[in-house]
Parts: sequence; structure tokens; C-alpha cells
Amino acid sequence: MIVVSLLFYLFSFIMIASAFMVILSRNPVHSVLFLILCFFNSAGIFLILGAEFLAFILVIVYVGAVAVLFLFVVMMLDVEFKSISTSVISYLPIGMTIGVIVLAELMLVLFTWKRDYSVTDSSIISKDMQYSNTEMIGLVLYTDNILFFQLAGLILLASMIGAIVLTVNHRPSAKRQDINKQVERDAENSIENIDMKPGSGI
Amino acid sequence: MDNLLSTYFYPAAIIAAKSVFLITSLLITIAFLLLADRKIWAAVQMRRGPNVVGAFGLLQSFADLLKFVLKEVVIPTKADKAVFLLAPFVTTVFAISAWAVIPFDAGIVLADINIGVLYILAISSLGVYGIIMGGWASNSKYPFLGALRSAAQMVSYEVSIGFVIITVILLSGSLNLSDIVNAQSGDYGILNWYFIPLFPMFIVFFISALAETNRPPFDLPEAESELVAGFMVEYSSTPYLMFMLGEYVSIVLMCAFATILFLGGWHAPLPILDFIPGFVWFVIKVCFMFFMFAMVKAMVPRYRYDQLMRLGWKVFLPLSLVMVAATATFVVFFK
Repeated sequence: MIVVSLLFYLFSFIMIASAFMVILSRNPVHSVLFLILCFFNSAGIFLILGAEFLAFILVIVYVGAVAVLFLFVVMMLDVEFKSISTSVISYLPIGMTIGVIVLAELMLVLFTWKRDYSVTDSSIISKDMQYSNTEMIGLVLYTDNILFFQLAGLILLASMIGAIVLTVNHRPSAKRQDINKQVERDAENSIENIDMKPGSGI
Repeated sequence: MDNLLSTYFYPAAIIAAKSVFLITSLLITIAFLLLADRKIWAAVQMRRGPNVVGAFGLLQSFADLLKFVLKEVVIPTKADKAVFLLAPFVTTVFAISAWAVIPFDAGIVLADINIGVLYILAISSLGVYGIIMGGWASNSKYPFLGALRSAAQMVSYEVSIGFVIITVILLSGSLNLSDIVNAQSGDYGILNWYFIPLFPMFIVFFISALAETNRPPFDLPEAESELVAGFMVEYSSTPYLMFMLGEYVSIVLMCAFATILFLGGWHAPLPILDFIPGFVWFVIKVCFMFFMFAMVKAMVPRYRYDQLMRLGWKVFLPLSLVMVAATATFVVFFK
């Protein structure tokens, strides 16, 4: 067990350190890269817990997709590093307030937290581990919590459509490509022989 | 203390030794596959290809290795040095680490984990970071454009690769790569393999794998006619070698992955041929897939960027979604 706890402290130390570096580093791209390191280490902690499905989904979704888009946006921003360092102090009160509120909420959760034995003792999560990690999540997600699962899906769909509606920009004057037309086009219907008279246009 | 040694130290040492063996043999294989790639490319264009170093140019890759290692590492003055040097390592390390879960034969696998498919998906989606970091840290126009293209391309094609893998998982009922291969065994040999019921998905996977590994005709991140060499413009010497190595390792990984998902892994195509060891069949199939990759590189002209995006989002995504629904229906009602 000592190796496991050593690994836990290693992962959590790197995680907290990189989380600090996210807000401390001057370069926003470095911040995102530290955020990715942070995600990685939290995936490592999931692995220690034996939740390998969650760990890899975390890596695939957050590191493989979300953080890539994040990095994409941050790289495109033309940020001047000096202006960031001077504006840190002016944003400090707001940041501190948000931090204190979140910390207070976390504390409230921590001290009123109770273990619900009805969940762990339920028939689906049996103690004899006959199901793999993935199957267990599937069994819980698609039976007991199907309503929440579907609701989450609906919310995501709605927000996706919302984002598309907000950003789509239909300009009737824009020229569009029709792949079928492009493929159909050949020499016979695109080249024409015209007998031109000198001095006159087409 | 003795307990600690026997529970942790000895298994760790055995795993380390196995990993070193796997990496060494993988890299030597890659050296010859790289030569094969160049030879096939040359043969299609009726050239001879590399034929000077060693018999038939067999040692060409090793000569290239020496050349790259002995050259000077040039780092641009305004580059972000740490990220610039980290990027090739990220590419290579992620590409090689994905091989940990690949089963070469029944039981011959470094880590037989239950979610091998997810592991490969996760690791291969991380390969994009090496490219983005390299492109950004170079602090130059062409690498940056190459990195942006590559990021968009890899994220797009990962979606369809994910759906293709889901169809295979639905049929085999497992996320374990060895189980997926075993689900394709049977009395009919080649007819049991998944590329027959899932033929459209096999094609989609093949093309998406080309795009995912930045191979021609989708090598837009390094399109030499537009971006000089894309994200690799500022790289020289060993860092450049590591980028190339990472790229080829992930190409061969995709070949092995396709072999496992669709071509029955280590199983023989005919039941009579079972006496030949499974490992040999696995290598033959991977080489066949690599040959296809090389032929595509030699024969197909490069796609335009908007065509690439259209193919990914408007053709492959709906097609693979429909196939996921169809396969799920088949599994629920007919199997």
C-alpha cells in the first residue's frame, strides 16, 4: 500500500503545483499546458482509485478535445504579456472574493458530507466485482439514472443548437461550393469554341 | 522489506525489461518499414529509391539516424525553448507508449488492460499536442499555420474514428483488445473477421487513420507546396528525427490497430494455416496495412483543406453514426 500512497502524493502534488502554475505563469499558452498536466494527474488519481474508465474518458474528453480547443483559442489571441502582469493587482479583489466563496462552499460540502450506504449496497454495484468498471458505470447510468442521463444529453443538444444559431452567419451573397456540380463539370460542358470577329467582345 | 521487493520491485523490473525489448524491436522494425515506404514510393514512380547504403539500401535508415544525430541542433532565437524542445519528446513518447496494450499473439501483450481501446484512443488523441506545441513554440508563420491545420484535422477525424471503434465494440462486446481479436476467431477463418460485416467502417477507419497520422493525401500540416514543411520548419537534427520517428511509430500503430479491429489480429485466414504462429500472421497483416498506407501516399494527390474538412464532418460522421445505429439494432434484435 505504501507505493500506492506514494503515487497518490506524487500525483496530487504535481496536480496542485501545476494548478498553481496555471494562474501564476505569465504566458497564457503555458497556463493551458499546465492545465493539461493538471488533468493528467487527476486521471492518474482516478487510476489509483481503480476507476480506469473515468480516467481515460477524462483524458480523451478534456485533454484530447477540450484543452486542444482551449489552446487553439489562446494561441490565436494576440495578448501582450506585460499588460497581464500589471492588471493582476486590479483583478485581485474580485478573484479573491470568488476564491473565498468557492472555498466556503467546498468546506460546507466537506463537513456536511455523509456516506449513503444505500448506494454502495444496492444490487447493481455488487461487492464481488463480477462486472468490469465500464459495465458497472453503464449499468448504473442506463437504469437508475436514465432520466438524468437523458436530461444532460438534451441540455447539451440545446446548447449546441444555441451556439450554432448564435454564430451562424448566412450571407446570401456568399459564394458556395457545390461538390456535385464540381465533379460533374468536364471539358464538354465547360469549354466552348467561339468564332470571334476582330474588334468585338463576346 | 522483502514483501515490498516481491510485490513491487520484481514485477516492475520484469515490466521494464519487457518494455525495453518491445521498444527496441519496434524501433528496428520502424527503420526497415521507413525504407520500405521509400522503396514503394520510388517503385510507383519508376525510380530505384535508396540503394547505396548496404545491400539494396537496407541500412539507409541507420545512415539517416547517424546523420540526424550528428548534426547541430538549431533553436530559433525567439522560440520558446522549453516548449520547443518538449514538443518532439511528447510526440515520440505518446506514440511509443500506445504500443503497451497491443496484443501481438494470444497472451503476448505488455499490459492486458480491460479498456485497451480507450487507452489507444486517449494516447493517439494526445499526439496532436506535440504538433501544436512545436508549431507554436517555433514562433514563425509556417509552423503556426501547420499546427493550426493539424489540430483541426486531428480533432475532426478522431470523432469518426471513435464511432468506427464503437461499431467494433458493439459486435465484440468488449473494450479489451485481446477479447476483440478472440471475438473474430471461428471455423471460417477470414470470413469471421470484422472487415466483412463492417466493410464501410473499415474503409472509413483506413481513411481516418491516414488523416489522423498526417499521411498523404491528408498531409496538409506539412504541405511543402504551401507551408514549406509545416510545423517542422524550424526543427533540425535530433528533434526533427524525433518528430519523424513519432509520426512513423503512430502510423504503424494505426496499422496494428486496424489489424486488431478488422483483420482478426493474430488469427490465420484459413483454419488449415493455424500451424503458423499467430505472431507471424500479425506481422504479415500489419505489413499489408503499411503497404496500403505507402501506396496511398504514392498514388493519391493531396486534398484541399476544405475538402478534407467536408469529408470528415459531412461524409464520414453521418455515415459512421448511421452504422453505429444499424450495428446496435443488429446486436439487440438479431444476435
